[in-house]
Amino acid sequence: MNVIETRGLGKRYGGIWALRECILAIPDGHVTALVGPNGAGKTTLLNLAVGLAAPTEGTATVLGGWPAGSASALDGIAFVAQDTPLYKSLSAADMLHVTRNLNRRFDQRYAEARLGELGIPLKRKAGEMSGGQQAQLALTLALARRPRLLVLDEPMAMLDPLARHDFMATVMAAVADDGLSVVLSSHVLAELERVADYLVLVSRGHVQVAGAVDELLAHHRVLTGPATEADRYADRLSVVHSRRGAAQAHLVVRTNATTDPVPPGWQAHPVSLEELALSYLREPGAAALPGPARAGDDEREEATN
Amino acid sequence: MAWVTWRQHRLTLAGVVAVFGVAALYLLVTGLPMHQAYAAVTGCRPANSDVCQRVVNDFLRTYAPGVGVTAGMLQAIPALIGAFAGAPVLAREFETGTFRYAWTQGFGRTRWTVAKLAPIALAVTVAAGAFSLLFSWYLAPIFGAGDNNGPLYPTVFDLSGVALAAWTLIAFAFGAVAGVLIRRVIPAIFATIAAWAALAFATGAFLRAHYEAPLVTSNPNIPVGAWVINQGWFKGGSPASLDMINQTLAPVDVRAVTPELFQPGPATPANLGDPVLYLIQHGIVEWTTYQPASRFWTFQWIEGGWLLALSLVLIATTVWLVRRRAA
Repeated sequence: MNVIETRGLGKRYGGIWALRECILAIPDGHVTALVGPNGAGKTTLLNLAVGLAAPTEGTATVLGGWPAGSASALDGIAFVAQDTPLYKSLSAADMLHVTRNLNRRFDQRYAEARLGELGIPLKRKAGEMSGGQQAQLALTLALARRPRLLVLDEPMAMLDPLARHDFMATVMAAVADDGLSVVLSSHVLAELERVADYLVLVSRGHVQVAGAVDELLAHHRVLTGPATEADRYADRLSVVHSRRGAAQAHLVVRTNATTDPVPPGWQAHPVSLEELALSYLREPGAAALPGPARAGDDEREEATN
Repeated sequence: MAWVTWRQHRLTLAGVVAVFGVAALYLLVTGLPMHQAYAAVTGCRPANSDVCQRVVNDFLRTYAPGVGVTAGMLQAIPALIGAFAGAPVLAREFETGTFRYAWTQGFGRTRWTVAKLAPIALAVTVAAGAFSLLFSWYLAPIFGAGDNNGPLYPTVFDLSGVALAAWTLIAFAFGAVAGVLIRRVIPAIFATIAAWAALAFATGAFLRAHYEAPLVTSNPNIPVGAWVINQGWFKGGSPASLDMINQTLAPVDVRAVTPELFQPGPATPANLGDPVLYLIQHGIVEWTTYQPASRFWTFQWIEGGWLLALSLVLIATTVWLVRRRAA
C-alpha cells in the first residue's frame, strides 16, 4: 500500500506553480524524508496530501487510494503543521480534550502518560510552554489519534538540538511500537539521515529524487581522481554532479551495481545521503525517480534526464 | 464538539452576557423610577381632564428624552455583539494558523465549522431576545402615555419584539462571512460593523416604510403613536412652499417660521384658533404619509423573517466557503 500516491499533481497559486507534474508513490512502513530548499514546494505537497489544499491538476490519494482530504483520509492521517499550531489559551489537558472530541480514536492514557514522561504539566497553557514543549504536545496529540500515517511539516525548525533529539526519539518509538508510517519535511537533511529510509527531494516545484534510501545509496557513489581525466570519463559514467579543484575532481555518479569497475587512478567512496541530496539540488536537470509504481511492485527503473 | 466551542469561546460568550447584562442593569435602574412615575399617570382621576392631561405631559416631558437617548445608544449593541462574537470565530483560526490543526482532525472542517457557528449563533440570538423583552417592558410607559413617536419609530423598533434578536443574528452572520473572507480579526470586525450599519440604515430609511403600503391622510390629527414617514403642505396637488404658506397667513398676521411652527403677530385675531385649520380653509392642506402603530407586530414578523432568512443564507455561505478554502 502506498501511503501517499500522486499522479501529475500540480498546484498553482495565482500565476505561480508551487508544484508541478509531481508523481510519487511513497510506500507504507517507511520514514520518509521530504527534503528541499526553502520555497521548493514541500509544504504545498504536504498540504495537498492532508487535504488542506486542493490540486490545480492531477490527483493525490493516501492510505492505499483514499482521496486526500476525504473523511477516511482525515481519520487515518495525523498532521502537525509548521510552527505547531495549538490553541494558545488552552491548557494541555484542554488540548487533549479538544482533540479527543474532534476524532473518532484517541488514546487518552497514552497522551497523559507521554506528557508526564516529558514533564509537561497538564494544567499549563499551550501559550506558556517553550517551543520544544509545544512541539512535543502537538506530536503527542497527533500520535494519540493512533494514525496510520504521521505527517510533519518542518517540525523541528524552532527546536534546539536537545529538543530535536527528544522529538525524533518520540517519533521513532512510535514507528517501532506501532508500525507507523511517517512523512516529515525539513530543509536540514543532516538530522534526518539517521532515521529516514525513504527520500523525496523536491526542488523548484518538481520532484527530483524519490526512492528508498538504501537503494539510492547503493546506486550512487563518489569517485575522486585527477581533474585532467574527469572529462574523459564524463561520457561513460552517469555523472550527477562534478566538483573540480585544480588537481582533483570529485564526481558523484550513478551506478547500476556496486561492482561497476572503478577507472584506474580513481577512488570510489560511498556517498552520504546529504551529499547525494546536495548533488541533485545543484543540478536541476538531474533526477532519480522510480518508474510507474504498482502496489507491491519492487522493481525500479531509473530515469535519466 | 459543543464542549470544544464552549471552551474556545468562553470569553466571547461571557462578553455577550456582560454587554447585555450591563445594558439590562441600566434599563432597570432608569426604568423602575419611570414605571413608578407612570403609576401616578394611570391612577390620575378624573381621566382625560385637563389636570390629568398635564400629568401625562409632564411625565412625557420628563422621561421621553431619556428614553430616546437610551434607545439611540443601544442601537450599537447588535452590531457590536455580532461583530465581536461572529468575526473572530473563524478569522482567528486563520490568523493564528490553528485551522491547520482543526481542519486535519478526523471529523473534518464542515462539521467543525457548523459546530462552532451554530451554538454561538443560538446563544447571541437568545440573549438578544431576552434583552428585547426587558426593553419592551422599559418602553411600555412611554407608549402608554401616548408619546408621538410610536413603537414603529426606527430607534425603538429594532430593539423590541423579535427585531433585536434578528438584527443581532444577522450581525453575527456578517461576522462569520467576513471572518472566512478576510481572515484577519480586526479588519473582519470593521467590515462586519460597516456591513451591518449599511443594512440597518437602508432598512430604517427606505425599506421598512414599505412593508405594507403606508396610509395617507390630510387630517391634521394623525393617530397616536403612528410613525410619520412623510409630511408636507400641498396646495391643489403640488407642494406648497413656505412663502406660499406665509402669503396665505398674511391676512391674520401669523408667520410660519417652519411648516410646523407658527408665530402669531400683534394683529392676529384673538379667536383665530389653530393656524393649521385656517390654512385648510384656504386650500392649503397637509398630507401625512404614515404607518399606524397597529402594524407593529406585522412589521416585526416581516423584518424578523427576512433577516432570519438572510442570516441562514450567510451562514450557509460561510460553511461553503470553508469547504472551498485552500491552505
